[in-house]
Amino acid sequence: MSNENNRELTMAAAISEAIAQEMDNNEKVFVMGEDVAKYGGIFGATGGLLDKFGPDRVMDTPISETAFIGTATGAAAEGLRPIVELMFVDFFGVCMDQIYNHLAKNIYMSGGKLKLPVVLTTAIGGGYNDAAQHSQCLYGIFAHIPGLKVVVPSNAYDAKGLMIEAIRDDNPVMYFFHKGIMGLLWMAYFTGSTTHVPEESYTVPFGKAKVVKEGSDVTLVTLSQMVHKSVDAAKVLEADGISVEIIDLRTLVPLDKETVLNSVTKTHRLCIADEDYLSFGLSGEIAAIVAENLDSIDLDVPVKRLGVPDVPIPYSRPLEQTAIPQVKHIEEAIRSMMN
Amino acid sequence: MQPTKDQMLWMFEQMLVIREFEETMVTIYLEGKLPPDIQDGLAFDIGAGPVPGEMHLAAGQEPVAVGTCAHLKKEDTVTGTHRPHHFAIAKGVPLNPLAAEIFGKVTGLGRGKGGHMHLFDIEHKFSCSGIVGAGMPPACGAALAAKKMGKDWVAVTFLGEGAANQGAFHESLNLAALWNLPVIFIVEDNSYAISVTKEESTAISNNADRAAGYGMPGVRIDNNDALEVFDVVGEAVARARAGEGPSLIECKTDRYLGHFQGDAEAYRPEGEVGKLRENDPIDLLKNQLAEDGMTEDQEKEIRDRASATVTAAYEFARSSDDPDLSETTMHVFV
Repeated sequence: MSNENNRELTMAAAISEAIAQEMDNNEKVFVMGEDVAKYGGIFGATGGLLDKFGPDRVMDTPISETAFIGTATGAAAEGLRPIVELMFVDFFGVCMDQIYNHLAKNIYMSGGKLKLPVVLTTAIGGGYNDAAQHSQCLYGIFAHIPGLKVVVPSNAYDAKGLMIEAIRDDNPVMYFFHKGIMGLLWMAYFTGSTTHVPEESYTVPFGKAKVVKEGSDVTLVTLSQMVHKSVDAAKVLEADGISVEIIDLRTLVPLDKETVLNSVTKTHRLCIADEDYLSFGLSGEIAAIVAENLDSIDLDVPVKRLGVPDVPIPYSRPLEQTAIPQVKHIEEAIRSMMN
Repeated sequence: MQPTKDQMLWMFEQMLVIREFEETMVTIYLEGKLPPDIQDGLAFDIGAGPVPGEMHLAAGQEPVAVGTCAHLKKEDTVTGTHRPHHFAIAKGVPLNPLAAEIFGKVTGLGRGKGGHMHLFDIEHKFSCSGIVGAGMPPACGAALAAKKMGKDWVAVTFLGEGAANQGAFHESLNLAALWNLPVIFIVEDNSYAISVTKEESTAISNNADRAAGYGMPGVRIDNNDALEVFDVVGEAVARARAGEGPSLIECKTDRYLGHFQGDAEAYRPEGEVGKLRENDPIDLLKNQLAEDGMTEDQEKEIRDRASATVTAAYEFARSSDDPDLSETTMHVFV
């Protein structure tokens, strides 16, 4: 932190810095949501914005999600660029119609005439025993709906660049931050998510996965907090001579199929580590993309998928740690692919 | 409506149990969550210790729960909020499985799967949810069922003042009035939706006024006083049992602790809680009971009994077993 060139930020600070820079650049950008102003966002993603921009541009809302998310769609249609936080992804049920029947579809139904530059931000993930209604990921549901871009950063550098890209996009973007990588003072987190973040404004393009670590034996496709668990698992496996290539998808819509296919072409093994529910979701999608290309890819072993095994997230710690894939589960899965 | 002496003593003891349950949890909750036992650089770790995850406590909010539940019988349904312990205790949910659920133990109400915001006691007809406003529609459902089955049972749903801005609130009020359901909507106005004050979130100051829009009685109680709650809710419950339909009641109450434990409460004026505690609702009821002849010995006996119940419950919770890992994938379906 002493040298600005090596400045490190938590993911929460990187997100709020990205928003602040775009608010400086463009007076049409504004923020609203529950506890985003005085509190600075329960997970710190809007920290400091109220002091800098005042209550006209950083607005606390009533607990009226259908109203304020629909308001974002309406304001965006008029040319404003709202950033809207809804505390936990688990809470989207109450306002889903405004999202999946309107925000996601209006551009298409207008024949491409409408622009809807809305960024919806929310916290995802478990690991701290907040139980079934506060621990889900659910990005797969939103990626399933045509018309929503889906961003799921794993670290502060990407978080800033992806947020600026999201705000400048003329389409609706769902931006999911995992609580266990935000660098909060009150929740254990993977410190690898706190990274160097340049002070100047920059973007990270959508649809470009990042090869976090090159490897030759297995392709491990992952995202968000699970990237850090994957890195930890890969270190252990590396010591035993198993070389893992880790791919951080960064965005689900658009999805970088090419990076996944190129890697599996090289390694001949595919493992997917996901924190969303197992069935009908991300892990199945990645497996299907590879299956559709088996004419050019040789798989040495069947695909392995890790995810929450189609149960609500249990409260009890030992059960939660069993339901959500851990480092040891990734390690075991990959070892089982090497025989 | 005036309570009998027995009802007053019941409310007093329940308030003591609730207060002790919540204030003991303040201490238990911090076990294992502070330096040096946690990750370097953290001030607090929400996921550590014997009771991890969020913890929303109701110390100060006892009058609403006891003044209401004093009128209820076992067959009446109650739905609560993310801050549910006081409602559960007042409705008669036994303390041992309640405490065990909060510890995530297999002896808990939900075998450790639900946790403190998601309590289900089928026998005592109590449930709650971590989603704001979510308890109102199911309470309408319980009331509809009672009506269809020809019972005189009622349903009570508690919500925070912040939840009165949810669509579910307005939809439920309309449905309940339209179908003349035996349901009572009780708003706990503790002034804060996390950091957002009622003034900042709500277009009118008195949520009870909203009842007029749905053609039902609406009453606001301005004091955090169990006897006032008893009086007003008693009339609403009697109306509902008599087939005269729903009511909306808003009770001013006081949240002594943070929205969740660990909440720095920077949004709250300094000294506010100290002032609120000067008008504590337990003292208020105690003084009334003393005027009516409760001796110091009687008071001590009640306090000791309340304290012993809470101590026993937390001991039961601690000494219970975790669920077996095989339970992770059980109970998705029956």
